[in-house]
This record gives sequence, C-alpha cells and structure tokens, in this order.
Amino acid sequence: MTSSDTAPEESSPLLSVANLVVEYAIGGGTVHAVSDVSFTLARGETLGLVGESGCGKSTLARAIVRLCRAKSGRVVFAGVDLATLAGHRLRAMRRRLQIIFQNPIASLNPRRRVGDIVAEPLVVAGIGDKEERERRVRGALSAVGLEPELTLARYAHEFSGGQCQRICIARALILEPELIVCDEPVSSLDVSIRAQIINLLEAMKARYGLTLLFIAHDLAIVKAVSDRVAVMYLGKLCEVAPTEDIYAEPAHPYTAMLLEAIPRPDPGAPVAAGIPVGEPPSPTAPPSGCRFRTRCPRAAARCSEEEPPLREVATGRVVACHFPLLAVSQTLGRGRTSGQADF
Amino acid sequence: MPARPPDRPATSSRETLLVIEDVRVELPTPRGILRAVDGVSLSLGPGRTLGLVGESGSGKSMLSRAIAQLLPRKARLSGRVLFAGEDLTRLGAEPLRRLRGKSIAFVFQDPMTSLNPVLTVGSQIAETLTEHLALDWRAARERAVELLAAVGIPSPEQRLKHYPHQFSGGMRQRVAIAIALSCEPRLLIADEPTTALDVTVQAQILDLLAREQRRRHMALILITHDLSVAAGRTDEVAVMYAGRIVERAPTGALFRAMRMPYTEALIAAIPDLQSAPHTPLRAISGLPPDPTRLGPGCAFAPRCRHADAACHRDRPPMRAAEDGDHHYSCWHPLPARAGVA
Repeated sequence: MTSSDTAPEESSPLLSVANLVVEYAIGGGTVHAVSDVSFTLARGETLGLVGESGCGKSTLARAIVRLCRAKSGRVVFAGVDLATLAGHRLRAMRRRLQIIFQNPIASLNPRRRVGDIVAEPLVVAGIGDKEERERRVRGALSAVGLEPELTLARYAHEFSGGQCQRICIARALILEPELIVCDEPVSSLDVSIRAQIINLLEAMKARYGLTLLFIAHDLAIVKAVSDRVAVMYLGKLCEVAPTEDIYAEPAHPYTAMLLEAIPRPDPGAPVAAGIPVGEPPSPTAPPSGCRFRTRCPRAAARCSEEEPPLREVATGRVVACHFPLLAVSQTLGRGRTSGQADF
Repeated sequence: MPARPPDRPATSSRETLLVIEDVRVELPTPRGILRAVDGVSLSLGPGRTLGLVGESGSGKSMLSRAIAQLLPRKARLSGRVLFAGEDLTRLGAEPLRRLRGKSIAFVFQDPMTSLNPVLTVGSQIAETLTEHLALDWRAARERAVELLAAVGIPSPEQRLKHYPHQFSGGMRQRVAIAIALSCEPRLLIADEPTTALDVTVQAQILDLLAREQRRRHMALILITHDLSVAAGRTDEVAVMYAGRIVERAPTGALFRAMRMPYTEALIAAIPDLQSAPHTPLRAISGLPPDPTRLGPGCAFAPRCRHADAACHRDRPPMRAAEDGDHHYSCWHPLPARAGVA
C-alpha cells in the first residue's frame, strides 16, 4: 500500500481499503455499518461483494466513492488516500471512479432528457464543447446497446427498467473511469433482463479495461462476473476467496448458508433446508465475538468470547471463523497443504 | 363447465376451487387499448399451488387482480371467474367485499406499501378479524398474537404494538402473510412475495407459505418472474407472455421437457452455479412487446431463435403435448426431451 501521490506501479492495487469504519448516529444509538473492513482490488479485477440487506455493503460502496464519510480507516485509490482530497482535487479524482445504483429508474432525473442526463458528468467535469459532448454521449449510448437517435431526446419514464440501467451505465462510462462500483445493479430487474445487463457489464469491462466492485445479495449472479468474492456480514468481512474456490468449498458457515439459499431451477433439487431461521441482528448492537454466531450452526462458547480475525486458510483465501468448514473438506478431498487452519 | 374440455388438465378432474375461463382484461391508454390479459383459462384445486411465471408486464399481476375483481376502474373484463362455483364477475360490490380478504387473500411484493404506515401491526390484523369474522376486540387481539407467532415473529405480544417501519423487510412480509391468513382464506394469491427480499429470507418466506398452505389446505397462486422460485414450490406452472399463457404443465413435467422456446429461454437466463466465472449468460435478446401494439402472430416471435414467417403471421393455438397435462402454444416446439436438466 502506498500513500505517495506518484503513479502506482502495475503491481500495486488500484483500490485498497484499509481498516475502514463507518458509523451512523441514530436516535439513541450508533449503527456500526462498516466495522474494520480491509481488502484490495487489482487493476482489471472484479471483486464480488455479497451479503444480506443491512450488512453494510451499500455503505461500504458509498464510503469508497466518498458519498459518505468514514469514521476511520483509509481508502487508497490509484495511490492516493481519498480522505485527504477535497474540492477540485476530489472532483478530479471522482472522474476516475463511478457508481451505479440498484434502482435505475430512481437514479435518473425524470424531468431531464436522456441525452442531458448522460452528458451531465461531462458538463460537471468541464470536458468538451457541446458538439464534443454530444459525440461522446452518442458513443456511450451505442456502447450500451441503445440507439442514440431514439434515446437522446426522450425521458427516463419512456424506458423499461433494463433500458434505464443501460442509461445509468452509459452515464457511468462517459468519463472513462477506471473503477465502477456497481451497487446491486440487477436486483430490481427481471431474470431475463438481468442476464442482458450482466453481459453488458462484462463487455464494457473488457472494452474499457474497467475494474469493478460488484455488490449483490445473490451469489449466483456474483459468480457470473467475479474473479474474487468477499462475503460481508453485519459490517464485517467474513470470507474473501477466488470465485471458483469459494463456490466449490465455502470456508465460512455464513457463505455456506448463502449458497444453500439460492433457489435452483430444478424441481428435483431439495428445497433449501438448514437455513437458520431469523435475520441478522441489529447493527446498532452487534453480538459480541463473532457477529454471525447467533445464527451459526457451528457456534461454540469461544465464538461469543473471542472475535475471529480474518486469517489465511489457503492461498489467497481468508476467513474469519474459529471453526471454518474448509479445513475439514480440505483434509478429506483436495489435499491442499499450505496454510491449513490451525486447530 | 370449462370451455375446452379436451384441454382440461387431469388435476381438475378432482375437486376444483377456481376456474378461469377465457379471461380478458383491456385497459384504455393514450396509446390505445392495452390488452393486459388476453384470453386466459386456468383451473386450480384446493391445496394446490400454481406458479404463474413471466416477465414484468406479462399480465400476471393483472390476471391475479382480475380473479378478485380488483381491477382499475377503467379496465374492461370479460370471461368468467368461477370461485367455489360462483361467477365472481357477476357478483355485486358488497358480496365481493366480503369475499376479498376472507376467502381470497393477497400478499404483495412490497409489504411497506401494502401495510398502513400509521397503524400498528396489531390493529391492522385485528381490523381484518373484526371486519370479516365479527370477533370482538379482545378475541381479535388474542388471535392476532397467535397469527404473528404462527408466521414466526418473535415476541408477538410486544410486536403487536409496533408500526410497519419498525420491522425488517422479511418480518414485514411475515406480518402481511399473517394478515392474509387471518381469515383462513381458501385461495391465497402471493404476487412476487419474495422479490424484494434477500435470498436467505426468501427461502424462509417460501417455506412459511408452503407450510401454512399445507396446514390450511389452501389453494396458492405464486406469482414470480423467476422460474427457479417456482421450481421447488409449485404443483403446476403457467408461463405468461404478453397477456397469454404460452405453456402450462405440472412442474416436474415442465422442467423435464419444456416445449415453448420462451420457457427454455427464461430458464437459460438464470446464472448456472456450475458455470465458470465470466461465462456469458444466455440472455433473451430484445424486450417484451408493447402490449398496445400486439401483432397477429406469436408475441414472442420477434425474440425467438426458432421463429419463421408463420410465427409472425399466425398465433399458435394452445395444444396438448403427448403427456395430456402439458399444454403449449408454439408452431415450433422444442423436442419432447430437450428440457434443461
């Protein structure tokens, strides 16, 4: 991790989040939305971030693009600590990182024409004259599969949810950013349209060399786009691993539970059993020790007394659990020897 | 009784609770007549679950509203809706009001908008009970506690006094289900009940619906855009597209061998957990048709890989597969064993 202002070398991560803490004060309490989260994102990589509603994943997304202030910790983007920036230097940096939200219709101003909405980032950044901007807007709309002639002069309500998300993606792309934070970009869309948008994001990533932080609560969608997956529970990361590994052998009981809950398009498949009843506890009063212990089938006394740190259990895999599932399945099957869990 | 005896599924030879015959719903819009539901026939027996599957705008919600005669004022409804032998389209306002909430209950997608934000949860449940079952306030309150406990809400006595915003999304949907179940309905229509919820909570809510359905021998219509939700939770599936049912079959038969290319495309679009990361998804190209501008042919033809000139010209009729319970509407059906395993 470098904090210098110089251009980073190829090997250093594009984004590194270190010990990030975000808290909100609400009537009579504090919401511990993001608690000591650290991860890195390499240039050109897609990191999937998964967790249930209220786990803090959207807050994390907003803190990364500085839409909300962190209490402590650092967000270093391309070698620059974003917290140190303000004014025009922050605005200049924001051109390089963009965000796409869950509700595409609500993200578009209903009273402005699509052409103006997509051009807005250029106007704010002071890029190009009118002709130049229109040329770029047409290019971005074409890139996301919309016909500029039929789109520019119309309003958001004339488009379907999937088309509105294409417009949002065009707006995010127009400044040619390096990182796009996608906060549940397909959760509000039909299954059929979801696949279109996922394919579009993948194509845009390849075409523009993007780095993506892809946030979702649906592990099946995340698998389709991610190189690595981070699982978040009640403000904390509980597991980070390469995509293939985490789906083949989840190490954290919470990851296993999320995988179990995915409905399968097969009536013969057993309907998810073993999902602990209940929902995450309130982030205003997270449980002591491991925050997942109140829903965990493997919880023991130690889990309430001692918070499990994130530790490496295999190459590139970290898990925060006293009793991870991985060590068991490893000795049974794969015979991976490095970094065995230490109990 | 039904219009097309040869098409009747075997299940309807048993007792039926609901029979829909050639229901059409037309809505006048500035752009012309919108055919939201275009000639749908269905039947459902007590204790059975029908999955009604389709994309946004396919008419599945409008069909469910047509069943309870809950259509927008300007909508024109034709056809018959027989519920326990009675044609609801001919029922007056007062008998309908008694029926809704009591014999036919709904659970909607967004419990935040279906619950009243300024009334406590307890008074909303009790209202239904005093209204339909003529319970006094004390009895209604006791019953409300039982109902909240039955749908898995911890400390129901205290929760009665809370307002909807004090519940999480999943808990709010449990409250909505408690209200829907309060009068022991014979038919429950759940319209995308889990679409707004996390996968973990989704599984719990679907389990809850299934459990209560079995216990009460209630008929259930589960409306969803996601075939994988319907897969494990229904006896029969009807796939809707542009206001029409394009395929209908017992759930097992449908997933073993779907005949309609649209159904196959809906399944194929679901990300496969077995595929490697970055495998392109099999999206359905294009968009659903404009329901005010439907052509004469198959509405799916513009998006269909198998479509030819005939598909654009003539609408395929509903026909029976070899297995008599399976019906589809397609000129170029998939071979009988081509389903996704």
